[in-house]
Amino acid sequence: MISDAVPRRELLDSGHLACPGCGAPLAMRLVLKELGEQTIVVLPACCWSIIAGPYPQSSLHVPLYHTAFATGAAVASGVRAALDARGDTETTVMVWAGDGGTFDIGLQALSGAAERNEDFLYVCYDNEAYMNTGIQRSSATPWGAWTTTTPAHEPQSTRKKDILAIMAAHRIPYAATASISHPVDLLMKVRRAKATRGTRFLHILSPCPPGWKYPDERTVDLARLAVHTRIFPLVEVENGVDWRFTADHPGDPIGPYVRAQGRFRHLDEAAIGRIQADVDARWEYLCRQVG
Amino acid sequence: MRKVIVGNHAVSLGVKLARCEVISAYPITPQTQVVEMLSEMCATGELDARFIKVESEHSAMAACVGASAAGARAFTATSSHGLVYMHEMLHWAAGGRLPIVMANVNRALGPGWNIWVDQSDSLSQRDTGWIQLYCETNQDVLDTTILAFRLAESVDVPVMVVLDAFYLSHTAEPVIIPEQALVDRFLPQRAARHRLDTAAPRAYGALVRPEDYMEMRWDQQLATTRAQTAFDDITDEWARLTGRAYGATEAYRTRNAELLLVTSGTITSTAREVVDARRAAGERVGLIKVKMFRPFPSVALRALLRGVPRVAVLDRNVSPGHSGIFAEEIRAALYDVACGERPNVFGYVLGLGGRDVTPAVINEVIDRTRAGTVAEREDLWVGVKA
Repeated sequence: MISDAVPRRELLDSGHLACPGCGAPLAMRLVLKELGEQTIVVLPACCWSIIAGPYPQSSLHVPLYHTAFATGAAVASGVRAALDARGDTETTVMVWAGDGGTFDIGLQALSGAAERNEDFLYVCYDNEAYMNTGIQRSSATPWGAWTTTTPAHEPQSTRKKDILAIMAAHRIPYAATASISHPVDLLMKVRRAKATRGTRFLHILSPCPPGWKYPDERTVDLARLAVHTRIFPLVEVENGVDWRFTADHPGDPIGPYVRAQGRFRHLDEAAIGRIQADVDARWEYLCRQVG
Repeated sequence: MRKVIVGNHAVSLGVKLARCEVISAYPITPQTQVVEMLSEMCATGELDARFIKVESEHSAMAACVGASAAGARAFTATSSHGLVYMHEMLHWAAGGRLPIVMANVNRALGPGWNIWVDQSDSLSQRDTGWIQLYCETNQDVLDTTILAFRLAESVDVPVMVVLDAFYLSHTAEPVIIPEQALVDRFLPQRAARHRLDTAAPRAYGALVRPEDYMEMRWDQQLATTRAQTAFDDITDEWARLTGRAYGATEAYRTRNAELLLVTSGTITSTAREVVDARRAAGERVGLIKVKMFRPFPSVALRALLRGVPRVAVLDRNVSPGHSGIFAEEIRAALYDVACGERPNVFGYVLGLGGRDVTPAVINEVIDRTRAGTVAEREDLWVGVKA
């Protein structure tokens, strides 16, 4: 049944330049399987600027426009307008951005485009820091995490920004979270997004072995733990008001997830307790949204 | 058809006649009328273009980049802080070889806030790779807007059409509006040499290593330089079609001149009056207008200025710590002229932040230039209160 759900086409080649165990190419591979060849990708600065391959190569079988850090949503608005102007309403325009390009420097352009309900799919693959420049904190970095700009004796002191709620507040037609550990759920969300017109937003957690400091082979495992612990619940929101959970979230204790990652090594039990309390509070918020 | 219109609307009508396909803009004084009129045209269907009402100038240029990369004809308009806010994307547009056209209404930069004419905004974008064309009249503005699309698309380099705040943007003048059919023949729908195409997927703007980066900049350099001859050809064709001639430079009453003024923008019109009066009084004074700032018409200017004893460059801009920017460029261009034929260049900084440049000011410039043998400093400021 799962094999039927997963399209066989491969639009991402092997030989891309991701680090071993990187979650980001897994996410791209799955998303493009569902979107297909008639897709144009807009890529602001992020790890994927490297993963896609240097000139004159490309690891993707779809057109790709590399652009400046803040401009993913604005460039995509222009691409969409040009396609519409020439009568092509079928090609999907997709922004593929990291958390820095989405939560931080690209947020203004994204908010503007979402307010205008621009007809594109925006995917944020979130590795929870500026990994391409060497692991600096972003506003997607979780509380307590070590990065090179939040050293262990003074780790990230703020909560991760709730980007899904921000996007839902724009009342866009479709916003969802997805995980590489739940590929069928992810593909179904891409399918829904592809069939929807207007701004669609997909937030995919993308574990990063060098940045989170864990063994390469645990990427999918950690992505799954993030869902099961409710650190990264899988939800979808229609028009900003109709919230749904799309997977089981048993609510496992977060300890094993946190302890598996070197970026949290300095945290004591009290700190882990604080993270657990935050996770529980956000879960309650989501439950109220789902109703 | 002849209509009395402000310079901002001359831009809008030029964009409409060019059948621009994607417009993206953000409001800023004194440019706003350009996009107000275009919004109205798009809303009524008079212009069949997509208008993206972005949240910033940075996004305005980014949206033009996306539209142009996907093969459409794209336009934006801005001014002053809007222009410098989009600085990063000006590099992206030019380096990406995207033939975007932008109108920039010359306005001073803050602080303090100042909405009046000053060229420091556009000239501070000198090295972004954009062609820059300065306008003197509203007819010039309308024609240059149409010419800009043709020029940009012929060399795949973006073009900035520059007009003075208020003296052009908000001043009504009679303008001949070309027939749509004429413009359609002159400027057919854009056929992009490269575009985002799902039938031929390619990556644009990827990481480029040192072994290839220089060649990309070299190609850009060749194309931008080629814009000079391309502009000559395009303006020749426009002159045949409309009877209105334009050039990268213009010589006005330069015969036997002992002193030449060099101007750009609307100061030129005032300077023409002063030159006429001085000529009537028997003085050998003339005028060179510089319309094209990038690529800089060094060869033409060397030919025009060679052997003239004194040249007075009027700069409504300044590079702090150095001099007026046109003066700086002209000095550099003249360095290759043999010593005996090289003019003494007097570089005047005047009219900043909308300070009026009247005939009296230009007469003062001429008198100061005639009185000195060489300029005592690179930046001669005019009218600064003690």
